[in-house]
Amino acid sequence: MKTVRSMVLVSNDIKSKANASQEVIDAFNLAIKKLDLADEVAVSTIPEVGTVRSLPLVVIFPEATVYAPVKPEDVPHLVEEHLYKGREVPDLKVKDADTLRKVAWLTQRKGTLPAENKIVLKNVGLIDPESIDEFFAYEGGQAFATALQMTPELVVEVIKASGLRGRGGAGFPAGIKWDSVRRTPGKKKYVICNADESEPGTFKDRIIMEGDPFTIIEAMLIAGYAVGADEGYIYIRGEYQLALERVQKAIQQAREYGVLGKDIFGSGFDFDLHIHAGAGAYICGEETALLESIEGGRGEPRVKPPYPTTSGLWAMPTLINNVETFANIPPIILNGADWFKSFGTPSSPGTKVYTILGNVNNTGLIEVPMGITLREVINIYGKGTKGGQFKFAQTGGSSGSIIPAALQDTPMDFDSFRKVGVALGSGALLICNDSNCIVDSVRVLTRFFQEECCGKCVPCRVGTDQAWKVLTDISEGRGKIEDIAQLEWLCKGMEEFSNCGLGQTAGTPIKNMLDHFRAEVEAHIKLGVCPTGVCPMS
Amino acid sequence: MTSTPMQLDPLENPKMREVIDNTISEFGDQNGALMVVLNHLQERVGFITKPMQAYVAEKLGVPVSKVHGVVSFYSFFTTEPRGKHVVKFCIGTACYVGGASQLIDKAKQVLAIEPGQTTPDGLITLEVCRCVGACSQAPVVVVDEANHGRVKPSQFGKVLTDIQKSEAAV
Repeated sequence: MKTVRSMVLVSNDIKSKANASQEVIDAFNLAIKKLDLADEVAVSTIPEVGTVRSLPLVVIFPEATVYAPVKPEDVPHLVEEHLYKGREVPDLKVKDADTLRKVAWLTQRKGTLPAENKIVLKNVGLIDPESIDEFFAYEGGQAFATALQMTPELVVEVIKASGLRGRGGAGFPAGIKWDSVRRTPGKKKYVICNADESEPGTFKDRIIMEGDPFTIIEAMLIAGYAVGADEGYIYIRGEYQLALERVQKAIQQAREYGVLGKDIFGSGFDFDLHIHAGAGAYICGEETALLESIEGGRGEPRVKPPYPTTSGLWAMPTLINNVETFANIPPIILNGADWFKSFGTPSSPGTKVYTILGNVNNTGLIEVPMGITLREVINIYGKGTKGGQFKFAQTGGSSGSIIPAALQDTPMDFDSFRKVGVALGSGALLICNDSNCIVDSVRVLTRFFQEECCGKCVPCRVGTDQAWKVLTDISEGRGKIEDIAQLEWLCKGMEEFSNCGLGQTAGTPIKNMLDHFRAEVEAHIKLGVCPTGVCPMS
Repeated sequence: MTSTPMQLDPLENPKMREVIDNTISEFGDQNGALMVVLNHLQERVGFITKPMQAYVAEKLGVPVSKVHGVVSFYSFFTTEPRGKHVVKFCIGTACYVGGASQLIDKAKQVLAIEPGQTTPDGLITLEVCRCVGACSQAPVVVVDEANHGRVKPSQFGKVLTDIQKSEAAV
């Protein structure tokens, strides 16, 4: 893995391009190469900097020094002084306060690199996912060995102290869950890894399982030791054939090496793992539905309480965590809670893996500290929006929401998002430009919930269907002004009375739409036009 | 669909019956056996008919209603045979934004069948599926097990000719 100590961001929007930004980028690369700094310094671009006058603009991290305007001929001096000798160049620093204010979103992460931090994905793409030997060569197994020398109570305490929160969407503190399972008496306990990653647009868990299946096994071993379980299941959605194969191979190799089985490493601790393949049902990502599915039945969520921590699989105390949550465990045990808390924000420590999708120039997977803003993600990693202005982003799946452009400077962590009435979701960031119609997008989302609703409880089964019909009416030009109140009523009913998370959050996109894009919805109804021309309106 | 010969139930085919019996005895005695057995039957036989469901219920000692409940709940289980090749369209959000509906329209037009149906020669079944987790490649078409990313409606014809070519080569 390449660890850089500095990062150079060069503005590369249309106005910057007109002022030779490409030449500036080339000059940076050349000067960095000349001074042999290529392994230490990364150069990247920012496609949108807003209405700044002095362009091109250069920001150097971790100091977050802003230089503007930078000419290609300034670059060799700048690189030598700032990046080689470590001295800022006062003459080139941006002077006008207006520019500084306008790029404040870029410099607020002063002291850190806007580069990716890899905790969860540290081995992905680095090791051969089918070779346990390579895993061992890269610190694999050390966290488990460390845990075995601690008492189970202490392992739980470390996880608690790290402040790790579940990465499946709800953000429940992992340590509290572990503690609850550990404290519940039971002659048998289970550890389950929820790998039924079904939120549309999310594929982080697939990448982790395909790239580093051993870390999941190691984390589940640690969890088993900590909570007192001797058996575990990995519930992988059936669509993920490659992940299924790789995890299966990893389990086999672990058994051959005695990492799984009886009396592991002579510690007296027994643990074994099974894989359960899903069969195509979104709802099985809900933890009690997942339990029903492993038990061989229809994946219908149970009534809670009792929670799985006290009565889970076959009524035994059960620990269920998401793949990404588990992937955080070995590094925390190995490096300590304080190390983990040095990433992210105080209430949401660590990193988050996001999948960036939709109308951006660069789609894919990133792992960045919690608390980074949407604007940073779009501009630094997504390389800017494509085909139009940024209009809204949809965060992953049923636990996610619609985030309008107005909220793009909100730090992305569990609590900051909750405060402004949106949710982080499972890690998908679907970026939509201004050619997308909000009504159409929400209608498609609602249709998804309507199809994937398990049908067990009425508010969700009827509510998603009704909401979808109302939205279809609006998008096809049959909308009435009372429909808005009807949608609000349906959302409230689903949120308050549904049995599980699917129904409780199915109305979130609709609520976000009415909060932030009411005028656009009203245009459909009152004027009979879809402002973006997406809806049929016939 | 008139040209398709009437299918015998797999239970009445001695070879298939053996496969079914073996599957039940192989996986039937573990915890949560029902889904495991059904998963393997779907894979080995290709579909799970109502008589098969009743047979599994009897062998495992669970009510037929429970077996049928599971079969009808999960989208992987089918009760009818599918075509030789299955072409699936991902309709996850990213693929939808990427133009999946135009692709489906194109497929309907070319093959003259709806999603969920099979061509009269039994060669191709069209289906829509849930997010396959290849969202950065949107829109995605899954042919049998292989993902094809960034497929434009104009390129869909090639996906079909590739299938026909592979058939001709056999």
